[in-house]
Amino acid sequence: MMDRLKYYWRLLRKPSVHYSLGFLTLGGFLAGIIFWGGFNTALEVTNTEQFCIGCHEMYSNPYQELKDTIHYTNRSGVRATCSDCHVPHDWTHKIGRKMEASKEVWGWIFGTINTPEKFEAKRRELAQREWHRLKANDSLECRNCHEFESMDFTLQDPRAAEAHSTALTENSDQTCIDCHKGIAHELPDMAGVSR
Amino acid sequence: MKTLIAFVMSVSFALVAMAQSPSMSPPSPDGLRKGGTLGETPAAPAIAGDPREVKREVRNYPEQPPVIPHAIRGYQVDKRFNRCLDCHSRESAPSAGAPMVSVTHFMDRDFQVRAEVTPGRYFCTQCHVPQTDAEALVESDFKAVDQVIREQKQGAGQ
Repeated sequence: MMDRLKYYWRLLRKPSVHYSLGFLTLGGFLAGIIFWGGFNTALEVTNTEQFCIGCHEMYSNPYQELKDTIHYTNRSGVRATCSDCHVPHDWTHKIGRKMEASKEVWGWIFGTINTPEKFEAKRRELAQREWHRLKANDSLECRNCHEFESMDFTLQDPRAAEAHSTALTENSDQTCIDCHKGIAHELPDMAGVSR
Repeated sequence: MKTLIAFVMSVSFALVAMAQSPSMSPPSPDGLRKGGTLGETPAAPAIAGDPREVKREVRNYPEQPPVIPHAIRGYQVDKRFNRCLDCHSRESAPSAGAPMVSVTHFMDRDFQVRAEVTPGRYFCTQCHVPQTDAEALVESDFKAVDQVIREQKQGAGQ
């Protein structure tokens, strides 16, 4: 084992015998572009709605529920796709979320929610996972579009203005998801959940 | 004989063509969409749009379920969750500034008052509806109870 490691270490340290420095630097540079670009392109593909609803679990349960909500259809035609709410936009968090999503691949392979009954049985658990995630990251995905700084309280109704101007400030530990649950999908049995 | 068959055929074709053409087919019975013929498909009237935002409205008679003075688009009311009770439940009504559901909603079929809204009165929109400014589809000579009483008094006084 140790010998083998030593062999590879020596191989790495030795100067190249056959290839020129130019080939190695330029080749490395080009290969870098291709691999990095390819990686990011593949990553973006997994971020599209087409990809998400490619599986029937996502198409026939959460996607159908989304369709009735204001985040799917509204006056001005601005809409949120799956990844807008379920995947953070900046790189580090996005990669973190993508690694978590390997659990979802597991669920897909073993069909954990592949019937309406199974989905219904897991609804509370799945919802809770998203609530916890959004609570922990201070509703990061909501804030991609809904900026606290740009909210005009005078245009909101008094009760909303009151809640937003107190609950969302620095010295409060509340965040969007504390009140706004079930805005894009149906809620599970809410017994014992405070809203 | 041949000419007769040709004549009957052409007449029946003409009748079929007439019945199917939108403008020449017979007038349709006056339903909710007035006018037009059987062959025509009249355009549906425009959807009434968002409920009007109003203050609480006076009931027309004492047992009338109060109408909903706000939009309820996308409200989930099912076995799992009741969005209306988010504000109108006993616990949250004061802080939400909403009227609490009346105590009748807590009564079971034996008029026994329970701790929660009973299943019989759980589905709000069976009785309570938002109001739009849509024109009435059919005429109505409905009178509020006060008006009936007032008119009766006037009639007795004469």
